[in-house]
Amino acid sequence: MRILFKTSYDDDINLFKHNHHRFWYILLFVALLCLPFLISDYMVGEFTNVLIWALAGMGLMILVGQTGQASLGHAAFLAIGCYSNVILQSNFGLPFVISFPLAGLISGLAGVLLAIPTTRLHGIYLAIATLAASIIIEDIIVLAEPITGGVSGLYAPDINLFGYSINRYVDPSAFYWLTLGVVLIIVLFYKNLLRSPLGRAFAAVRDSEISAQAMGINVARTKAVSFGISTAITGLAGALMGHFAGIFTNETFNVIISITLLLMIVVGGVGSIHGAFFGAIIVAFLPQLLSFFRDWIGNTFELGSIVIPGLESAVFGCILIFFILFEPMGIYGMWLKLRTWFELFPFYRRDMFRRQKSYLKTERMR
Amino acid sequence: MSLLEVKNVTLKFGGVIAVNDVSFNVEEGEVFALVGPNGAGKSTLFNLISRFYDPFEGDIIFDGESLLKHPPHDIANLGIARTFQNIELFEQATVLQNLLVGRHRFRKTNMFSELMFLPSVKKKELENRAEVEKVIDFLDLHPYRDKYIAGLPYGVRKVVEMGRALAINPKLLLLDEPASGLSTEETQDVAFWVEDMKKQMGITILMVEHDMHLVASVSDRVLALSDGKMLAMGTPSEVQNHPAVIEAYIGASDDEAVA
Ligand SMILES: Nc1ncnc2c1ncn2[C@@H]1O[C@H](COP(=O)(O)OP(=O)(O)OP(=O)(O)O)[C@@H](O)[C@H]1O
Ligand SMILES: [Mg+2]
Repeated sequence: MRILFKTSYDDDINLFKHNHHRFWYILLFVALLCLPFLISDYMVGEFTNVLIWALAGMGLMILVGQTGQASLGHAAFLAIGCYSNVILQSNFGLPFVISFPLAGLISGLAGVLLAIPTTRLHGIYLAIATLAASIIIEDIIVLAEPITGGVSGLYAPDINLFGYSINRYVDPSAFYWLTLGVVLIIVLFYKNLLRSPLGRAFAAVRDSEISAQAMGINVARTKAVSFGISTAITGLAGALMGHFAGIFTNETFNVIISITLLLMIVVGGVGSIHGAFFGAIIVAFLPQLLSFFRDWIGNTFELGSIVIPGLESAVFGCILIFFILFEPMGIYGMWLKLRTWFELFPFYRRDMFRRQKSYLKTERMR
Repeated sequence: MSLLEVKNVTLKFGGVIAVNDVSFNVEEGEVFALVGPNGAGKSTLFNLISRFYDPFEGDIIFDGESLLKHPPHDIANLGIARTFQNIELFEQATVLQNLLVGRHRFRKTNMFSELMFLPSVKKKELENRAEVEKVIDFLDLHPYRDKYIAGLPYGVRKVVEMGRALAINPKLLLLDEPASGLSTEETQDVAFWVEDMKKQMGITILMVEHDMHLVASVSDRVLALSDGKMLAMGTPSEVQNHPAVIEAYIGASDDEAVA
């Protein structure tokens, strides 16, 4: 059992709550750094995929989990990031170090642009508006054929990083490390956001717009800023996705991707950075896991190879329903319970996490 | 000059005249109470001062300046803080974080420095915490400091909301039924806190309260409203004994008896 004492205000705002956390997270990071030496190139690619999804997930998490705004259109910003990054490199000859942040910036600005007319919308209406944005982007990609390649798509060039060329098939480890670096920076930004006034303004808008306003928070502007940060991060993920996939078309970033992203953070655990990573692991490894089981069942019962169309979505759907019913905090919620169990051992009580009675809120402002 | 001047303010919701030609002044350093039966328009007056609604007629002047030209999110910056009758806290945040949101008006850093958590941000955050810690001390909120609001008992929430308003460092504090739903002991605490806010912190307080006992013990002046109209204004005992006020309360309870 471990008991934590706080001894100064710094304890609240330091990046790691205490040395124990610092140790484990640094260890995790070192393990991730060494990963390419331990596993096959194929698996390095898979882990890169997880990191890219987690990056996109963190982007959406800032909007959904931190600010409480729904979006069913984040694939649009993956697309904007992906296309602008590649177009800036191929058509304008910019190096990756410039095109990549610019892609994030462009995507972020597009997000703010979308936010301006939509911040007055709530819940399902906002979801529909963002969904529409996602569909429109797909059309724009087709229409803007001369620069986007239309339905035949674009090829991502090799990344030129200070004269060192990275192609994810030729050198998967280098691309993995690049992605890991980007993810680390964004995680730090995210953590900083949570401990600074802007992050608290996001939470205030999420939990009560009316009292956020009474605290001096400009709600519309805060939402627009949240959209901007969220879509900028998603744009960065999109840019990496482009290099990861090598070739992409208007179909690559369809509405299904938007929905998958949203489901991913719900399964992972809305409102936490961990949630984005847990969700990404599920999304990236589910197909592998399923095909493994399919082969295993096929071989054990000598049924040959079985093909069940739509199995992946069905299993994912079931996982989602399970979490919504039994663990609304997602995988992160389970992880918290497990950790508390170990920390309090042997004093854990079963109903420690039972949800408390919550008070009804009315729509009326009184 | 009065700190707050409400001048001939009228507001209608469809056919209902929620506030009907109401005028009063709140002087610097006093505790001013609004009383009246349910639906009298007390909370609506608060919402007008918070700029959630635009009055149909009239003007609201704070510190010599009309509030009507300010959007709702400017009101805290001017030094007006408030609590809500149906507690409006940030549920998925801790008590400490809720109080820190109250410090938002003192935010000087921008998005980019915050994303990098530059030393300037850290310095400001430590300052914010020191300020909020004073409020926690004042309201005895230590045991709940790092607890999430969702899960706190009602009485504690009321106190946290008052704390969040105090973190704004207001000149004028609007308290909407600070003692409703509280036990006698808790109400006693509220009375002490209101006294201290007035005397030690120099905060002017405008308060809506049904508990006449509390009103009589803390307030300097009282305004009684009924159906949006002003009935009587004066010291607590003057208002309590005013025929129109007695009439309004008896009338109201008669209505309730019939219904
Ligand atoms: N947003 C609104 N829309 C329509 N009518 C409203 C609204 N807010 C208040 N009202 C009406 O305005 C009148 C005054 O309401 P208000 O909430 O100000 O009363 P109150 O004096 O605070 O009463 P209580 O003691 O019950 O809190 C009531 O008739 C109420 O139904
Ligand atoms: Mg009221």
